[in-house]
Amino acid sequence: MYKILEKKVLNPTVVQLQIEAPLVANKARPGQFIILRVDEDGERIPLTVAGVNPETGAVKIIFQIVGSTTEKLSHKNEGDYIQDFVGPLGVATHLDGLKKVCIVGGGVGCAIAMPIAEALHEMGAEVTSIIGFRNKDLLILEDEFKACSDTLRVMTDDGSYGEHGNVTVPLKEMLEKGEKFDMIITIGPLIMMKFVVATAKPFGVPCTVSMNPIMIDGTGMCGGCRLTLNVDGKKVTKFACVDGPDFNGYEVDFDEAMSRGRMYFGYERHKHEETCNLFKKEVQ
Amino acid sequence: MAKANMTPTRNAMPTQDPLVRAHNFSEVALGYSEEVAIDEANRCLNCKTMPCVDGCPVKIHIPEFISKIKEGDFEGAYQIINKSSSLPAVCGRVCPQETQCESKCVRGIKGESVGIGRLERFVADWHNTFCTEEPVRPESNGHRVAIVGSGPSGLTCAGDLAKKGYEVTVFEALHTAGGVLVYGIPEFRLPKAIVAKEVDTLKKLGVKVETNVVIGKTLTIDELFDMGFEAVFVGSGAGLPNFMGIPGEALSGVYSANEFLTRSNLMKAYKDNPDTPIMKGGKVAVVGGGNVAMDAARTALRLGAEKVYIVYRRSMEELPARREEVEHAEEEGIDFKLLCNPVEILGYRNPEDPRDPKNGFVTGMTCVKMELGEPDEKGRRRPVVIPGSEFTLDVDTVVMSIGTSPNPLIKSTTKGLEVTRWGGIVVNEDGLTTRDGVYAGGDAVTGAATVISAMGAGKTAAKAIDEALSK
Repeated sequence: MYKILEKKVLNPTVVQLQIEAPLVANKARPGQFIILRVDEDGERIPLTVAGVNPETGAVKIIFQIVGSTTEKLSHKNEGDYIQDFVGPLGVATHLDGLKKVCIVGGGVGCAIAMPIAEALHEMGAEVTSIIGFRNKDLLILEDEFKACSDTLRVMTDDGSYGEHGNVTVPLKEMLEKGEKFDMIITIGPLIMMKFVVATAKPFGVPCTVSMNPIMIDGTGMCGGCRLTLNVDGKKVTKFACVDGPDFNGYEVDFDEAMSRGRMYFGYERHKHEETCNLFKKEVQ
Repeated sequence: MAKANMTPTRNAMPTQDPLVRAHNFSEVALGYSEEVAIDEANRCLNCKTMPCVDGCPVKIHIPEFISKIKEGDFEGAYQIINKSSSLPAVCGRVCPQETQCESKCVRGIKGESVGIGRLERFVADWHNTFCTEEPVRPESNGHRVAIVGSGPSGLTCAGDLAKKGYEVTVFEALHTAGGVLVYGIPEFRLPKAIVAKEVDTLKKLGVKVETNVVIGKTLTIDELFDMGFEAVFVGSGAGLPNFMGIPGEALSGVYSANEFLTRSNLMKAYKDNPDTPIMKGGKVAVVGGGNVAMDAARTALRLGAEKVYIVYRRSMEELPARREEVEHAEEEGIDFKLLCNPVEILGYRNPEDPRDPKNGFVTGMTCVKMELGEPDEKGRRRPVVIPGSEFTLDVDTVVMSIGTSPNPLIKSTTKGLEVTRWGGIVVNEDGLTTRDGVYAGGDAVTGAATVISAMGAGKTAAKAIDEALSK
């Protein structure tokens, strides 16, 4: 069992937890993920590590309430325990040698992008961050990004905060102005990452994307997290859990990944509603 | 002593009715009664040369334990098996006896061999039901050994070392101990309570089990040595599932057998309204002919599929699964499409509406018919495509069960650990790898194989570790 040391509600749908898991805290580096189960018979879900404190043994996770498992997790409080917590899994984001980087985060993906921005900042790299949200209410981690970015652009889809528009607008503008990034690192919804890659392509800037597909074991056993890369005209199957979660954005077949991501959509929605109803009943 | 029973056929294994069991996850085979076990034991001629023992990867003293059954001393029989095998209740259920001990049985020449596996299962179940004596924890010899993975090879290695007084810690990546015995082999073939009981017995012998630790990630092999472990056994099991490389394998509804079985077994998706979803019902094709394929097909049936096919490119003769599983699958109504090979998985796509929820889901699988050509270098007749034989199977779910490639996590984080061209860990005859103090066995070394051969490797390594550390 793993203790919840701290809980913070970042916005109506996004929660931050600090979980006591010293072995994971010792090892985790930006870009890696963990798998957790909330309770016995619970589902295993992957969440990317949003930060660690090796001294206290705390691992920070930030998640959006999207299904029944994240709903259940959001109802846990400080001092409660969760059943299982294993990691760090996946390969850490390759940051060596990067001097000027553009980080593009969307929604809860910003939680994953943030430790990468922090690590780059500590390395002395010049960090440009573009973070996007649907609206002002869903904004998270603005102060944290401000602290580790040389330039920060905050975007909202409806213009209710920051600049109006999506993240590709300032990215395109900067690239057109001749900004020379060593690397663009983008983390967020698949559709956003697809368009960030498309925006970067004409400028030939290397582009790393962080994939978060359906997975079970997370250690290279089930193969559920497979995705297709187009490498030099050849289709190659890779597994996000052991080969990723980071991939060369120019090689990822996003349409396929989006289609696979919808596999249990109907089931999840139904299950989520059911769980919500259970919690509502408890409140009544 | 009773006179030898010279009946040419063995006692049948009582089973659940096929039509009933196809809809439940309870165990298929029900086990011998005491009377039937004694009757079957009396078919053993107690050969002096003991050919059956030669066929057993862990060298169980088979005629000896069968003699105890003849005398009605079932606990005595258990104690004899227990000297060689840490997991008798498991092996009695999942070993391919017909190609091992039973294939060497003299009674098999003019009739059927003695039902050695069935007797082993009987003895183990009898012990588990009636024996209340707790296993005694041996005195510690002060040496510490780490085991990576709690599957059959790791549990065997742990058990053998613990019995000799070693302080053993088993590290398991998943949340439950048992490895393939819990995530892979379904409840109806190996009830999870039996695995839990075997793990529990090891714990009573002093074995510590640490779940949620991925060696190669959470801790490395080097760190295990730093922590004071003097030897490490790697039994990390099979790895990434293989796919065929045909179009459509990324469609929703295409699973690897590992994923399909893990969802159902470990994650309990077979229960009503589970947290972990799985595609239930519809028509299912399982591609492959091994035990894992049989498990996947029969799981699909029990999850409510209206039709389940096994698609295998060779004929029944070459089908590698355990004979009993094939027979059970046929009785339950699994449709064997033999000499058939998939060439494409077809998916639904509505060009009018990209939001159509059916988009991206499997609608069928195109196959070609095969015939057997000349034998290859291994002597297996090579399947050859019959031109113009394409046809489409109407299915909604496809499960690929065509083997695995070794897991990369440990080799990529352990310096000096040599692997073969295809990724298996290189070991010598003692199970020692190219790294001092690091031993390995099971699927991590051989690629996908059987539970019992993994146990054999765990046993060999335990002996070698004991010899190295007691010097």
